[in-house]
Amino acid sequence: MWDKKHLLGLEELSAQDITELLDKAGDYRATALDDDKACDALRGKRVVLMFFENSTRTRVSFEVAAERLGGSVTALSMDTSSVKKGESLLDTVRTIDSMGVDFMVVRHSSSGAARQVAQAVSASVINAGDGTHEHPTQGLLDMLTIRQHKGRIDGLRVGIVGDVLHSRVARSNLFGLKKLGASVVLIGPPTLVPDSFRSLGAEISNNFDDVIHQCDVLNMLRIQRERLDGQYFPSVREYCELFRLDSSRMRRAKPDVLVMHPGPMNRGIEITPDVADGANSVILEQVSNGVAVRMAVLDTLNKAMMNDEG
Amino acid sequence: MADILIKNGRVICPDQGLDQIADLLIKNGKIERIGQIRESGGEVIDASGKIVCPGLIDMHVHLREPGDDQEETIASGSAAALAGGFTTIVAMPNTDPPVDTPVTLEYVMSKARQAGNANVYFAGAITKGRKGEDLAELSLLTRSGAAAFSDDGSWVASGSVMSKALKYARITGRPIISHCEDPVLAGKGVMNAGSLATALGLPGIPRSAEETAVARDLLLARETGGRIHITHVSIAGSVELIRTAKAQGVNVSADVTPHHLVLTEDCVCGYDSNFKMNPPLRSEKDVQALRAALKDGTIDAVASDHAPHSLEEKECEFDKAAFGVIGLESTLAVLITELVEPGILTWPELIAALSIKPARVLGIAKGTLRPGADADVLIIDPTMQWTIDSSRFVSLGRNCPFNGRTVTGQAEITIVGGVVREV
Repeated sequence: MWDKKHLLGLEELSAQDITELLDKAGDYRATALDDDKACDALRGKRVVLMFFENSTRTRVSFEVAAERLGGSVTALSMDTSSVKKGESLLDTVRTIDSMGVDFMVVRHSSSGAARQVAQAVSASVINAGDGTHEHPTQGLLDMLTIRQHKGRIDGLRVGIVGDVLHSRVARSNLFGLKKLGASVVLIGPPTLVPDSFRSLGAEISNNFDDVIHQCDVLNMLRIQRERLDGQYFPSVREYCELFRLDSSRMRRAKPDVLVMHPGPMNRGIEITPDVADGANSVILEQVSNGVAVRMAVLDTLNKAMMNDEG
Repeated sequence: MADILIKNGRVICPDQGLDQIADLLIKNGKIERIGQIRESGGEVIDASGKIVCPGLIDMHVHLREPGDDQEETIASGSAAALAGGFTTIVAMPNTDPPVDTPVTLEYVMSKARQAGNANVYFAGAITKGRKGEDLAELSLLTRSGAAAFSDDGSWVASGSVMSKALKYARITGRPIISHCEDPVLAGKGVMNAGSLATALGLPGIPRSAEETAVARDLLLARETGGRIHITHVSIAGSVELIRTAKAQGVNVSADVTPHHLVLTEDCVCGYDSNFKMNPPLRSEKDVQALRAALKDGTIDAVASDHAPHSLEEKECEFDKAAFGVIGLESTLAVLITELVEPGILTWPELIAALSIKPARVLGIAKGTLRPGADADVLIIDPTMQWTIDSSRFVSLGRNCPFNGRTVTGQAEITIVGGVVREV
């Protein structure tokens, strides 16, 4: 039974915690995409979105999720906030916390930021991505998507491809999937997939073509162009040659492999448009599942908070 | 292609631990077998009193094409190799433009094929433009045929770039060849730093310029699990570092030039720039340490760092002269005379350092007379006395530190792919 005040990451959750969230998200799928079906689980509660880093999908997804649960949403925009005047992270969050808010959804460019916020405020904190550390709701929606199509997580082999070193999505996926019994192979060059990931339970392959046929799921990570100018990787075309998912690589994959991507995509770099829009792709479903997952997270944290109070 | 039977030579093949009088049969461009073989048509070469060994390999050569064809071309350099008994050479990428893209690599490879002389393998650059900043397309270069990677001429001064290069290159299976010289410590030096440089009034290159660079590269290789080759080791300190690293299991190999095995900084007293190269000639103590390292395997291979320069670049003030000396046509004779004759190295040890050991460093199927191997064979006249005369060299370069030296031993017949190329 969920008993935590915050959702900061998947590494510290038990398999049971994760399964509970996924089950609830599964329930919410039916109502998640329709304002007509909104409920009032979060009526009278205020959710503040504190995005210190840009976002399209995560931010809108949390906003929609909160409103479909009947909650009120306030969004803090970095451009117009006093962060621009140099106000520190902790001052910012304590200020907002003093106005009596129930939930803070925090995205920040520093690893560990969500935990630091959680220690400083009385609101319930949801990590929407902290530096290169974790992005737990992304990990959950990825797992929900996999479970829907494959019926299970246990025993599956999931390939995560690309700039793993700088990816909080990769870490959350790795932690969550391992907890539920999947095997995870991280695929990329040694400069972007360091050996130290082995001690976190991952396997590593530097040769996509060698392992693609083993994978039930391929999660393609976005590679930033700046990483492809010679510091970590020599060039875009060498990246495409070795690690891009295109139709010729798809011919080596299992016919029912799931193709996933956390977005935003660099069409033509880590994935070609025909594969991104093709029959194996569940990329847009991931986004839909994101709303359901975030509704489930808010609802679960809210109930835990109310149990505490009661 | 006619068969060739080489009779009665002393066949030395270190790869097979072979050193005995025997016959060697070449068939269809491959080594057929070694033993007591009867003649049966085909060409016969009488190798009595001669040494029969794998065609030699020089894994560090500068061919100045593209960019400086006046100094040497791929054709002239690979022909000079044959004259010196070398059937395989590895060309460094510091040409103009440098070999840092598949297109340039494919160009030089096709020129080598056209020349049809010694086998030429090409190293690709580690970083784009050899600037030491951004990784070159190591994987695409490997697919196009790069044998190794090097920014030779320069050290990759940024530890972070070298660290990434060592990690990244693991997926290519090719070694990174490092020219270990911290340019900041080397400064404007033109010879070994020390009392001789002081007396001659020439700025010196301190040993620390090489030793700190070797230390850094070995540590990075250890940390990243990468594969590193230290080229032209010139000092005792580097030898000790490499010995320790090998004992720790670091994936390292090393080579030394013939001039560093034979000459000392005393040669610079006459301000003759035929003795100016980088790294510079050092002291007798270093020469002894390098010889011992070659003998005990701490240093794997001999590589000439053949660096042709035009006359105007060498015949000028010592401090302004270009660094570098040629070596393809003098290496074998000089090392026979200075190392084998006095009993410092055995024949098999010298041959190994010039054949199977560089082949293993590079991971290429050369340097051996195993049945089935390519018939790259050298017949050496071990007793022939002659005087080195660089004006008669096949190489376009004339900057030879051993010019005028009387030596014993000469490459007599060079066979590439079962075809006699040089007599």
